[in-house]
Amino acid sequence: MEQDITLKKEGQSTAFIKSLLAKVTPKIQKGDIFNSLKKAGITIVSILLFLGLWHLGSKALYNKEASYKIEKALTERGQEAADAERACIESGESSCQPNTLPSPSQVWGSLQSLIADHKVITADKAAFAEKMATTNAKLVAQGKDAIIYTGRASFVDIVLTSIKTVFAGFLLALLIAVPIGIVIGLSPSLRSAFNWFIQIFKPVSPVVWYLLVFMIVKTLYIGDSSDNAFVISFISVGLCAMWATLVNTAMGVASVDKDYINVAKVLKLGTFQKVFKVILPSSLPLIFTGLRITLSVAWMVLIAIELLAQSQGLGLFVWEEFQNGANDSNAKIIVAMFVIGIIGFLLDRLMLTVQNMVSFNKND
Amino acid sequence: MAYLELNNIYKTYGEGEHATEVLSNINLSIEEGEFVAIVGFTGSGKTTLVNLINGLLKPTSGEVLFKGEPVVDTSHDRGVIFQNYSLLPWLTVGQNVYMAVKEAFPKESKAALKKRVDDYVAMVSLSPAINKRPKELSGGMRQRVAVARALAMNPEMIIMDEPLGALDALTRGNLQDEILNIWSKDKRTALLITNDVDEAIYMADRVIPLKPGPNATLGPEFKIDIERPRDKTALNDNPSYKKTRNAIIEYLMDIGAERKSVSKEEYTLPDIAPKSFVA
Repeated sequence: MEQDITLKKEGQSTAFIKSLLAKVTPKIQKGDIFNSLKKAGITIVSILLFLGLWHLGSKALYNKEASYKIEKALTERGQEAADAERACIESGESSCQPNTLPSPSQVWGSLQSLIADHKVITADKAAFAEKMATTNAKLVAQGKDAIIYTGRASFVDIVLTSIKTVFAGFLLALLIAVPIGIVIGLSPSLRSAFNWFIQIFKPVSPVVWYLLVFMIVKTLYIGDSSDNAFVISFISVGLCAMWATLVNTAMGVASVDKDYINVAKVLKLGTFQKVFKVILPSSLPLIFTGLRITLSVAWMVLIAIELLAQSQGLGLFVWEEFQNGANDSNAKIIVAMFVIGIIGFLLDRLMLTVQNMVSFNKND
Repeated sequence: MAYLELNNIYKTYGEGEHATEVLSNINLSIEEGEFVAIVGFTGSGKTTLVNLINGLLKPTSGEVLFKGEPVVDTSHDRGVIFQNYSLLPWLTVGQNVYMAVKEAFPKESKAALKKRVDDYVAMVSLSPAINKRPKELSGGMRQRVAVARALAMNPEMIIMDEPLGALDALTRGNLQDEILNIWSKDKRTALLITNDVDEAIYMADRVIPLKPGPNATLGPEFKIDIERPRDKTALNDNPSYKKTRNAIIEYLMDIGAERKSVSKEEYTLPDIAPKSFVA
């Protein structure tokens, strides 16, 4: 009998290791490879198709604007000017290029130049830090503030600022919305007390939130010369994006299965235990759905808010490039557009992974 | 004085004109160590009755006395096995049971609690599945976890609300034996609510039919004087078993027929004829 038990135990542990291995190493079968190749192939073809259409479209727009320019030169300044204009456009000189939707290759070029620019700025920073090292050490020793690099921000810095803003805003939304959501989910009277508030403020636009936060933060920072653009933008982002989490948390907490509540009552769990051991775990999937929506809303409103708040992020970058109107500005805007899209996609994937980790409804 | 006493219990849901009386004039007394089964149709107010006894609901009038004290709240002395298992899906089998024993024995050390969990999980022979979540278990296994959870709290009385209702006949039979086994070890007081007459007779000392609601009330009780341990196959030839079974079923069928005849409302059908699309 004893032997039997140990055997069983061994069987159990090897089974456990086996199941662990099965989870770590993905099962590869012939059909799987074919399927994933097919999927990847379809994706690649659709990307190429997209690039091709984009290329053709931008070329058509380019030609339209170029012929208009030549036509205009012809009617306003005569044949000679028109020829000169044509020659100028064909030579590829930047001063007379049509300023329209950039082609994929131009956007690629802009990305390269932004990266190169980032390398230059990083080198600048390092050189500056080295130069100032001794001076700064002295300043710090005297108890004064060190001199910091205040040059132009590189594209990578800008992206990082945006990500930082989104996460700060997301964290703020989480800290406000989840506790309030739990409290109003637990109490029907508080729920009706808060209901008008949620219904009225939920649809308010990001721009108005920004203005509201600006009014308050401006006064709080009065007499302080430090840059409050980051504070304003992350608070606005948080306030804009928190509603989905608030509503979902309240709903999740309010709609806990009555059976679980009965179990909590029969086991005589205390209020604290009941909330943390029964109500919260059972509403976690809904809370995380809310958080996922919050993060994607935060990333979406970020651009508009950074633009308004003059915070050194992607929103401001896009706006400044648009105002700038330089030859490669449009291409840079498209680069920013792709970066925004890709980061948004990655953030959503991240949340989805976390959501799947905490959810007990999964089938495996 | 009886161990559990229900005196003139009435329970209505809703208020004023919309009030529906679910239970009326329920009187019941259970002695210590007794196994009582209440049989009734679905929707006859069985779960309401259970919730009144375990303290989840309060009667509209009348009183529930447990060991002479009125029941005002749930208690660890009365363990409940719910109809739909009610296991917490995010906890494993062991954690589900642990949660219950931790509440029931707050003073015990962690190791002692763990041992208690292991013992009770082993008792319902689920040790290999102790780290599994309810989703990974079959219906019968889940109900065994619920049994383990209720018993691990060491209640003085076990209240079972159609515990085997959702199971197939084979699993049902096995679990009936397991529950009887556990019960016969320390003869705790047990109350079983079921819709299965055979199950009630096989398991209980006394079977009481619940006349279906609205206004559900308890019918005459039937004493089951068959010696334990009972044998299911032998039972079929036992004349006393057959007699009691027929009597209970007859009683239940009669009230069923009565219920049907009561609801003989006349419906006048509207005078409609199919439209002819040909003409």
